[in-house]
Amino acid sequence: MTYLKPLFRHPRLPKNKLGYTLKEYEGGISTLCAGCGHDSISATIVQACFELAIEPHLVAKISGIGCSSKTPAYFLGNSHGFNSVHGRMPSVATGANMANKNMVYFGVSGDGDTASIGMGQFVHAIRRNLNMVYIVMNNGCYGLTKGQDSATADVGSASKSGHINPFQPVDLASLAVDLGATFVAQSFSGDKQQLVPLIKAAIQHQGLAFINVMSPCVTFNNNPGSTKSYDYVREHMHATGKTDFVPQEKSIQASYAEGTDTAVTLHDGSVMSLHKLAPDWDPEDRLSAVNAMQQARAKNEILTGLLYIHTGYGDLHKILNTTDTALNRLNEKSLCPGQKTLDTINAGLR
Amino acid sequence: MKPTDTRDPEYYHKVVDCQYACPAHTPVPEYIRKIAAEKYTEAYMINWESNVFPGILGRTCDRPCEPACRRGRVEEEPVAICRLKRVAADQKGDVLSLMPHAPFPANGKKIALIGGGPASLTVARDLAPLGYEIHLFDEQIAGGGMMRSQIPAFRLPEEVLNEEVGYILKLGIHTQFMTYVESLKEVLDQNYDAVFVGTGAPRGRDLPKLPGRKEGDAFIHIGIEWLASVAFEHVDKIGKKVIVLGGGNTAMDCCRTSRRLGGEHVKVVVRSPFKDMKASPWEKEDAQHEDVAILDNHVPLSFEVENGKLTGMKFQRVKAHYDDKGKRKLIPTGEPDVFIEADEVLIAIGQENSFPWIERDIGLEFDEWEMPVVDKVTFQSTHPKVFFGGDAAFGPENVITAVAHGHQAAVSMHQFCQQKDLHQRPAPYTNLFSTKMGIHEWSYDSPVTIDQRYLVPQAQKSITLVDRRKEVELGFDPPTGYKEAQRCLNCDVQTDFTADRCIECDACMDICPTSCITFTGNEADEDRLREKLLVPAENKSQDILVSETLKTGRVMVKDEDVCLHCGLCAERCPTSAWDMQQFFYSVTKAENV
Repeated sequence: MTYLKPLFRHPRLPKNKLGYTLKEYEGGISTLCAGCGHDSISATIVQACFELAIEPHLVAKISGIGCSSKTPAYFLGNSHGFNSVHGRMPSVATGANMANKNMVYFGVSGDGDTASIGMGQFVHAIRRNLNMVYIVMNNGCYGLTKGQDSATADVGSASKSGHINPFQPVDLASLAVDLGATFVAQSFSGDKQQLVPLIKAAIQHQGLAFINVMSPCVTFNNNPGSTKSYDYVREHMHATGKTDFVPQEKSIQASYAEGTDTAVTLHDGSVMSLHKLAPDWDPEDRLSAVNAMQQARAKNEILTGLLYIHTGYGDLHKILNTTDTALNRLNEKSLCPGQKTLDTINAGLR
Repeated sequence: MKPTDTRDPEYYHKVVDCQYACPAHTPVPEYIRKIAAEKYTEAYMINWESNVFPGILGRTCDRPCEPACRRGRVEEEPVAICRLKRVAADQKGDVLSLMPHAPFPANGKKIALIGGGPASLTVARDLAPLGYEIHLFDEQIAGGGMMRSQIPAFRLPEEVLNEEVGYILKLGIHTQFMTYVESLKEVLDQNYDAVFVGTGAPRGRDLPKLPGRKEGDAFIHIGIEWLASVAFEHVDKIGKKVIVLGGGNTAMDCCRTSRRLGGEHVKVVVRSPFKDMKASPWEKEDAQHEDVAILDNHVPLSFEVENGKLTGMKFQRVKAHYDDKGKRKLIPTGEPDVFIEADEVLIAIGQENSFPWIERDIGLEFDEWEMPVVDKVTFQSTHPKVFFGGDAAFGPENVITAVAHGHQAAVSMHQFCQQKDLHQRPAPYTNLFSTKMGIHEWSYDSPVTIDQRYLVPQAQKSITLVDRRKEVELGFDPPTGYKEAQRCLNCDVQTDFTADRCIECDACMDICPTSCITFTGNEADEDRLREKLLVPAENKSQDILVSETLKTGRVMVKDEDVCLHCGLCAERCPTSAWDMQQFFYSVTKAENV
């Protein structure tokens, strides 16, 4: 019986800038169903953090309830984690983020956790442009309670028992763009080549980076007739373009052909290069993003890749003009500036 | 690349590194699991079937399996395969009742075996149960060949040797010991249906041209002859100062035996650098542990004799120089020559074949090096009735190679006696079955321990150095044997992949602890494909398993190199596209013809 992963790794495993291998970014062995899309997303997060050489102790993983929300146990085992109340991940993430802006925040949620019970929280986290990566592992069903249709199940999609979903789905990506999210992407758990650069860019993005990832539920929603099965998603995926993430130090010489290639510079100088496949779509233009999404929906396509990005808008810390220092590093001296300063403030109020 | 054909038994056989490296292809992981399960008798019988001398080889084997062991590529040290074999031999119960019992219904054929060493005894064991009348000739007083005359008793107790030789002789072999065969022609004239020559490499090399060799002859001995004299109790002492020339295992046996017969200052002097010495690393360690000094980079110049008595030897100091092709040249350093005192010298610089008893006019061809011309597959000489095996066939090797030769020669002889084509060799016996017992359950211990190799306890030097028969190694006790057995990665439990079941969820690729599995676009060129893997497959001696093309047009590629056979790929596979299947491979033996 194997519930523990062997401790040996490939002796020639590559190391990143910090001298770490993938092993330092792994988590515990997954207890999700074998073949779950969520496990692939976990592996992608591990890969992205490894490639960006993020120090694991500077990452916080926050999740709600559900299969998706169990995954933080299966990646970044050396990072901080908080498994919160159902649908309340954004609140806890907001609190943590406000207390310390110098960390990478991964909010991990599912379609139930975000599109049903946590919808209010989701909406307001976007409005506030909280600096975090918000990943929805979207399988269109409630896997943890045996596969009932969720709010993101497409109308007409058949469940494992053959039941046809009569309701319209919540399109989380469209909603996010509509609410003014500054980074919206959509992807598929089975496409690591696309997902790794997207997550890397999302980590570097200053503000809320929302990624809606189709992640098939191998047990309850991988049947013929389902629109979230491995086969269906593969057949209906339509990439906006080939995404590549170029870290800051390598970005200078890249040149881009007019018309098809676009380079988006992120706040730290790193670059997302996009080889566009959709001709009249501009990732920095909200109207064209909405347009592309609506057109894809009309054609029953799942539009993947980066959909919309806006880099000029400040995150919540910038909006509120908060301190750069983490709250636990603020000492009495900086928190209590003294009688003289207080008198000045008081005088200003008179 | 084309999909790998795993139905070819040699593909999975190669994955079982230890078994593949073993000349006799003993199913190593299979018997190691039996040892862990305390089924020592079964473990012994698996060995006995395959290598005939488990107790002997568990103490003295050259262990080609251990450098091949996959564990050595994952951590520091391979599994102590050889010493686990000894655990099976030490702890076994009644094995005699599981062996074939004479008398066997006669098949009317009569064969002669010349030489009573491991090769001949293997032929005897394989052919006796098939009804052959077998006559074995050997010049020594008992069977075993070099295992008796050259391997000292402190490494191989006589009881162990007698027991395992006895198992074979009990099969109704007609033995003629103390009989030196002087003419092959005479043997052939006695109407044997086939003759097997397993006479080893009986002549130790000498240094006849070295000055002082003749004058000091009374104090200078040929290593293997001297070891035989000790074994047969013609010699029981040696001078206090001894020089052993040579760097192989015979040299190690000579120096360690010298320590037991009164040698106080024993020096092994060897031409090559220490690391290039032919002796197994553990033999060198054991010698050094017994206070034997090993002086490398010394080329012998002369034996120094004064008043008819040997005083020592002179050596030139050299250093090794390797050219681009890795070929070694020993270049004098220019330092003054070294004189080393000695009362006696043992020359252990190699062995040669010698066939003065084979007439050159009986249709048996010899090559330019005076070696018989022998077919590498059938072991048949140019005289159709005469077969060779062991050191006699292609020069000095080791016991396990002699056993492997014996099995194949027996197959040939059996086919020859039935007028069958010797080159139409029966396929090996193979089996492949699933080990799945539940979602997280396999019929083998899949967790991978991190235990490091356990040391074999040794008897105290103060006891072993005064009694040349006292065995030095004590062997693992059963609890340690269990722990060492658990270090085995079960490489015979194969990761079997069925492409049309795969839904490409990546679960196996994500879970694999050693990053062996990659889903990627195929390449026509193997090297290009190897480069594309998650961790490039740089170890070309290990195969890559390439699947049929999957639904998305990609292929699954698995690098066999450092696979832990932990079964996680199969546990995380939702569709059982991966399965852990136990592979059994047994070399063709005469009984399978």
